[in-house]
Amino acid sequence: MTAAKQVTHDWSSDVFEAMKARSISTVCTIPDGGLTRLLNLVKGDGEIRLVTLTTEEEGIGLSTGLWLGGKRSLVAMQSSGVGNCINAVGYPLTLRAPLLMLVTMRGQWGEFNPWQVPMGQGTRTVLETMGVKCFPVDKAEEVGEVFEAAAGMAFNGNQSAAVLVSQRIIGAKGFGQK
Amino acid sequence: MSKKEKATAGSNKIQRRPFVKELLQQRDGALVIPGLGSATWDCFAAGDSPEYLYSWGGMGLALSTALGLALARPDKRVLCLTGDGELMMGIGSLAVVADQAPKNLAILVLDNEHFGETGRQTGLTGQKTDLPAVARGFGIANTFVATSNEDLPALAKLLFHTPGPSLAVAKIALSEDPWALPEKDGAAIARRFQVALGVAKP
Repeated sequence: MTAAKQVTHDWSSDVFEAMKARSISTVCTIPDGGLTRLLNLVKGDGEIRLVTLTTEEEGIGLSTGLWLGGKRSLVAMQSSGVGNCINAVGYPLTLRAPLLMLVTMRGQWGEFNPWQVPMGQGTRTVLETMGVKCFPVDKAEEVGEVFEAAAGMAFNGNQSAAVLVSQRIIGAKGFGQK
Repeated sequence: MSKKEKATAGSNKIQRRPFVKELLQQRDGALVIPGLGSATWDCFAAGDSPEYLYSWGGMGLALSTALGLALARPDKRVLCLTGDGELMMGIGSLAVVADQAPKNLAILVLDNEHFGETGRQTGLTGQKTDLPAVARGFGIANTFVATSNEDLPALAKLLFHTPGPSLAVAKIALSEDPWALPEKDGAAIARRFQVALGVAKP
C-alpha cells in the first residue's frame, strides 16, 4: 500500500468549512500539490478572495494589512516557502497582529526529492524559533480540528500560528520511482 | 516616451521633507503605509497622524501590507509611500497588485537611488532599472515621474483621486534631514491605526 492510497478523509473540506465558520475572507498563497483541493474549493466559492503571490513573505504583509482593515486571512504554502518568510514572520509579531499559516509538508515522510529535505526538516524549528506556534498534524481526520484550534489562537489571541500538514497525509511524490 | 514616464539618471533634485509634507496635506483622508526608515520619518515630520502606519522594520513588506489594507477597505484610499530599496526588495508585489487591481491603491516611491538609512550605499535605480517601466511591465498602467515640486498637483491627483492601481516615482535628492522619530512600539502603532479606522475600540 502506498502512502497516497492511505488518504481517505477529505481534510481540505474540513479546513474550508472551518475557514467559513471563522470568517476568513482571503487566502494568500503560493500553491502546493497538497493544497490543490483546498485552493479549488476557495476558487469555486466566490466569496473568499484568492490572492496568488510571487513569494510567500508577501502573504505575511497581506495578512497584516488585511487585519489592519478588519479582515481575517489565511496564508497557505508548501514547507519550502516557510524559509522565504523568516524575517517577515517578525512583522505581525511586532505589530501584535494575528497570523494563520497552513503549511503542507515536503521533505519529511518518504520524500523522493533530496532538494526538499533541508527546508522540510527545518520548517518547524525555524517557525518556532521566530515565535510562531506550530500545530503539526499527521492524521487526515484531525486536520480540521487542529486548524480550528490554531485559528482560534491566532484571531482571538493575536498570535502567530501554523498548521503543519504532514507529508504522511498528503503522500510522497514518486516520479515513477519505486 | 514622454519625460513624465521615464526617470532619468541624475534628475533626483527634490527635497523630500517639504515635498512629502505638501503632498500629504492633499491626501484627502487617504491611509498611508510608509516603508521603514526615511519614508516613515518623512511622514512623522510632516505632522503626526494615526492614519500613518509607521514602520521601523519588515523591509520589503510595505506594498503587500498596503495591498492587504486596500483590499480590506475599498471605501478608503491607500497610499504606499516607500523608498526605492524597500520597493525593490518586494518588487514582485507589483505583480500581485496588478493582478488584484485595487482601484483605491497608489504607490509613491521616494527614489534617491541609494540605501540612505544604512550609510548611503548606491542602490539599483540610478542607472539601468527604470521603476515606472518595471511597473508597467508588471501590469500597472498608470505611472508618473515627479522631478520637481511643480509636479505636486498632478502627483496628488494621480495618487489620491485617479482610479488605481498606480505607481509614481519622485526623484528625490540624497539629503541629510533632521531626525524625526515617531513611536516605535509596533503594537501601539497598529492599535492606534485600527482605532482611527474604527476596526478596534479605543
